[in-house]
Amino acid sequence: MSHPATLRSQSEALAANLPALMAQAHMLAASVLPGAHGRKRAGAGDEFWQYRQATSSDWGARIDWRRSARADVHFVRETEWQAAQAVTLWVDRSQAMQFTGHKSRAAKAERARLLGLALSVLLLKGGERVGLMPDMPPRAGRAQLDPLALSLVTDTDQDYGTPPDMALPSHSQAVFLSDFLGDPKPVQDAVGRAADRGIGGALVQILDPVEEEFPYQGRSIFESMAGALRHETLRANDLQTRYRARLAERRDMLASLARVTGWQLLTHHTDQPASSALMWLWQQLDAGRGR
Amino acid sequence: MFSIGPLGFASPLLLAALVALPALWWLLRAVPPAPVIRRFPGVALLIGLKDETTETDKTPLWLLLLRALAVAALIFGFAGPVLNPQAARDGDGPLLIALDASWASARDWPRRMDRVTDLLSEAQRAGRPVAVVALTDLPPGETPFRAADFWAERVPGLTPAPFTADPDSLSDWLTELPASFDTYWLSDGLDHPYRADLLTALQTRGAVTVYETSRPPLALAPPTLREGVISLTAHRPAGLPAQTIEITATGRDPAGIERLLHRAEAEFAAGATTARVDLTLQPELRNRITRFQIAGERSAGAVALSDDALQRRKVALLTGREGREGLDLLSPFFYLRQALEPVADLIESPSVDDLLLTAPDVLILVDIAQLAEIESAQILDFVNDGGLLLRFAGPRLAASDVARAEEDPLLPVRLRIGGRTVGGAMSWGAPRELREFSNDSPFAGLSIPRDVTISAQVLAQPDPALSERTIAALADGTPLVTRKFSGEGQVVLIHTTANAEWSSLPLSGLFVQMLERLAVSTRPAAPTAEAMAGTQWQPERALDGFGQILDASQRPVIPGERMAEGRFGPDLPPGVYRSAAGSLALNIGQPDMELRPTQWPASVIVERDTIAEERDLTALFLTLGLGLLLIDILAALWVSGRLRNATAVLALLTLGLHHGPAQADDRLALQATSDMVLGHVLTGDTRVDQVARAGLLGLSRVLYARTSVEPGPPIGVDIEADELTFFPFLYWPITEDTPIPSDAATARLNRYLRGGGMILFDTRDAELAGLTRTTPEARRLQAIARALDIPPLEPVPDDHILTRTFYLIQDFPGRHTGRDVWVEAAPPDAERAEGMPFRNLNDGVTPVIIGGHDWASAWAVDDQGRPMVRLGMGFSGEEQREMAYRFGINLITHVLTGNYKSDQVHVPALLERLGQ
Repeated sequence: MSHPATLRSQSEALAANLPALMAQAHMLAASVLPGAHGRKRAGAGDEFWQYRQATSSDWGARIDWRRSARADVHFVRETEWQAAQAVTLWVDRSQAMQFTGHKSRAAKAERARLLGLALSVLLLKGGERVGLMPDMPPRAGRAQLDPLALSLVTDTDQDYGTPPDMALPSHSQAVFLSDFLGDPKPVQDAVGRAADRGIGGALVQILDPVEEEFPYQGRSIFESMAGALRHETLRANDLQTRYRARLAERRDMLASLARVTGWQLLTHHTDQPASSALMWLWQQLDAGRGR
Repeated sequence: MFSIGPLGFASPLLLAALVALPALWWLLRAVPPAPVIRRFPGVALLIGLKDETTETDKTPLWLLLLRALAVAALIFGFAGPVLNPQAARDGDGPLLIALDASWASARDWPRRMDRVTDLLSEAQRAGRPVAVVALTDLPPGETPFRAADFWAERVPGLTPAPFTADPDSLSDWLTELPASFDTYWLSDGLDHPYRADLLTALQTRGAVTVYETSRPPLALAPPTLREGVISLTAHRPAGLPAQTIEITATGRDPAGIERLLHRAEAEFAAGATTARVDLTLQPELRNRITRFQIAGERSAGAVALSDDALQRRKVALLTGREGREGLDLLSPFFYLRQALEPVADLIESPSVDDLLLTAPDVLILVDIAQLAEIESAQILDFVNDGGLLLRFAGPRLAASDVARAEEDPLLPVRLRIGGRTVGGAMSWGAPRELREFSNDSPFAGLSIPRDVTISAQVLAQPDPALSERTIAALADGTPLVTRKFSGEGQVVLIHTTANAEWSSLPLSGLFVQMLERLAVSTRPAAPTAEAMAGTQWQPERALDGFGQILDASQRPVIPGERMAEGRFGPDLPPGVYRSAAGSLALNIGQPDMELRPTQWPASVIVERDTIAEERDLTALFLTLGLGLLLIDILAALWVSGRLRNATAVLALLTLGLHHGPAQADDRLALQATSDMVLGHVLTGDTRVDQVARAGLLGLSRVLYARTSVEPGPPIGVDIEADELTFFPFLYWPITEDTPIPSDAATARLNRYLRGGGMILFDTRDAELAGLTRTTPEARRLQAIARALDIPPLEPVPDDHILTRTFYLIQDFPGRHTGRDVWVEAAPPDAERAEGMPFRNLNDGVTPVIIGGHDWASAWAVDDQGRPMVRLGMGFSGEEQREMAYRFGINLITHVLTGNYKSDQVHVPALLERLGQ
């Protein structure tokens, strides 16, 4: 257990990043206009749906007197049913995500965090419930945003991230943001388990362009970010094609996993604008919610 | 010294290190280049992949060779390689290195300096004290014998003098010399008067070695002009094979730039000491020549400066007193102009005052009898100061009483009344021909065409002095041209007219030749010593030993006596000197000079420059070794794959080098002229410049879309450097610290404004200016505009053309609205045209528009064509932007069409006229 003083200074250092991240996430979220996502039927919600003639089973208090005063009959004001949806995020915070291929580009973790938080902002604005793996169950309301952001900026010491084993509410949605470069087995398990419970979702593979291209040459020793894995080669350029083949294989695996479970897969590169990925995610979740 | 062929080594033992090369070879083969450690998350995918080859773990062969070469070069370098090592010179004790350092040694000066450097390094090795003395620049007091490295620093400062050593100061210097030393004498190869004495004096003190180069010196005598032909003579020592030299003539072209004007070849026959070439140049070209030079000769002796003897004369012509319009061919001035214009600068004026103010060489009076007293006095002064007064006779002179009874100071002879007519309708005699010119006449040698006849003349009174004053006469002996010296000048009278009325002389070429002779004779080629006495000469240009021309106007004035002496020295370098009477060139080369090589006695060792030079190759080898090592670094980086960025940087660097500023200017010109282009003045404030550019881009797009004006992309203009003429319109945003243009830029801006350009000054402060009386930007604008040629201004009147060139608008909003925009004021007498709502205004286009509405911001669009700056709120902001664009369109239309719309006031009149 860490000393309170250390903990505090660390938290403050972390919190120092928060406003910027928050601001970025808000800005990003503002670029996606949240439209009406009602169920196209009367129910609990904010939006006006229709005036309906009151029946004997209606509560007196529900009668809309202003409308009824213009006619001889009584009217009830109905609102559109807007069901809140639960979305659980998994944002990979392992060391592998700290990688950036060029100093002008942000690390993959930054991008994952930004996407996660922006999506949360959007969803919370839309009245949905948002949770974060491993230990934040979905909750609605803006109050959820700060704890979300706080837990997003902490990193783990793990080399590659694995989705934690967390019971998700059934028929909710899940979004996994990771590079999926580590052991694929836990991911397959987690997605499979979720799909069994009727949970839909999306996988976003965030990669640096360098990881896509493998532009290395000469005698090199490659180390994983935490240093656990090591590979030495005499001619890095010879490995390029084979590395790319393996990367494609990994992507195929993810795609087939998504196909089988009905999830969606997006490969996002850190040199692309974050808004495109956010837009895609929003559309996927929207579609999933409509189901 | 250990040596292999011509290569010697100072420390040959170090060469043993070459043995280590094979060991190095083996070592490099054995050790592969160090790996690069890279953090890379994708390593998870790499695990298990095997390398296909194991080749690159060894250093590649070419890299090995490179490294071995580098090390070998370093080993050679440290071993002290010397090319052509020379046996050490005998002798110890002090060494005097004496240099003639005269103009004749300038042509191979670097070789002499190399020799001195070699001698110094030898002396340093032997530890001998040395003194280096240029005989033309003797050290004051005792000659300092110092360590060789003291002198090594001073060798680059030695220069040859444009003269030879002075025997008197040499003998003074000899007395101060110590009793015993060896001498090494770098001779210039010529036999100078001091040579023998100095040699004996030096030989009494120790051994004398002489060094001479094998190239003989050449000298060029000053040009002589005779009958329009320039002759040049080059001199060289006797006993040499045939040789061809090239002589160039240099002078200023009409633009004042020094140019090579002519080139000629002169040939020395085998054994001959002189080569002569005659040049016949057009007078115009001849007048421009400032110096002749033997091409390829770097020596003061090979340059011959020219002075007034070749220059164009200034001829003043007193004209037009009668004020009647005559026929050209009857006017005497016509013949004079025809004759003089090609060879002289003609100044014409009816006022003697004006003419004399221009300080002419020659004053010509044509058939003028009586002059006002004050004019006579002025002209007499002019003549006495060395001017030439040339008078022509004519009916008026013949009829006047001038010089009847006594001699007029402004006429060479007394005249008989009436003159005479021969060969006219009322006389018996035939027109007279000219007698051959006598040898002492300035016209001597001119051939007389048979058809030149004289039918009328004024006659001289017989006088004892008449015959010596006559320089040309008719066949019957009556004087035709008389001359009288007066003070330093002369008065010449031609006893006939300057037109063809009295004689056919003006119709012939002889007339031109005579005038030329007379003008040439105004300045003697070389003034005598008596003439020089008491005069003061200001040096204008001087030659240094290498024949370079230096500005000498800062040097003290030299008395004529010293000039007449003619012996060059530090106080009197060869060059061009000017006095009140004109300029005089003093040259080293003389027409009668003789270049004699020195005959050295047998007791002197004479070294020639044929010895192969000793060259220390240490630096070469070390540089080579280090260079190879540098290449090795790059190569090693490349092999290990770390060079990607470096190559990109190199590529960028080489690209960058190709874009010179010279091209930039042409690019600007091309870009600005291939389309109509709007320009904005660069302020140095990045943001302002960016907005100005974006603003003009926005305006250009709107113009393109709505009008037939199709501008190219706008260009930022640096008023200090760029040409403004390409831009019909400049937008100039003023910031608080816009630099005030330099004088040159101000002149350019004024030229631009006068030439029809328009500048829109924008202080961008309309919102502030409403609150305070002035803003910093406005003050800065005032400071900038103070030097500009800006007419009186007024706020744009309601009927100004800007309100209707394209759109009908009444105000001119930019990012700000309100507040006046100022344009050139209408003339006060402008009146409202009949039947028109506007006045009949001035014709011109206003050269400036001044306002503070920050138009660029309102026009500004980004690359996608979206507005860059937000205006106002919502729709009203967009409306304001639209109005700003309309103002822009009106403005550019106004710039391009000028007052076209203003002419509409005449439309009713035009229609009426058409109807008829």
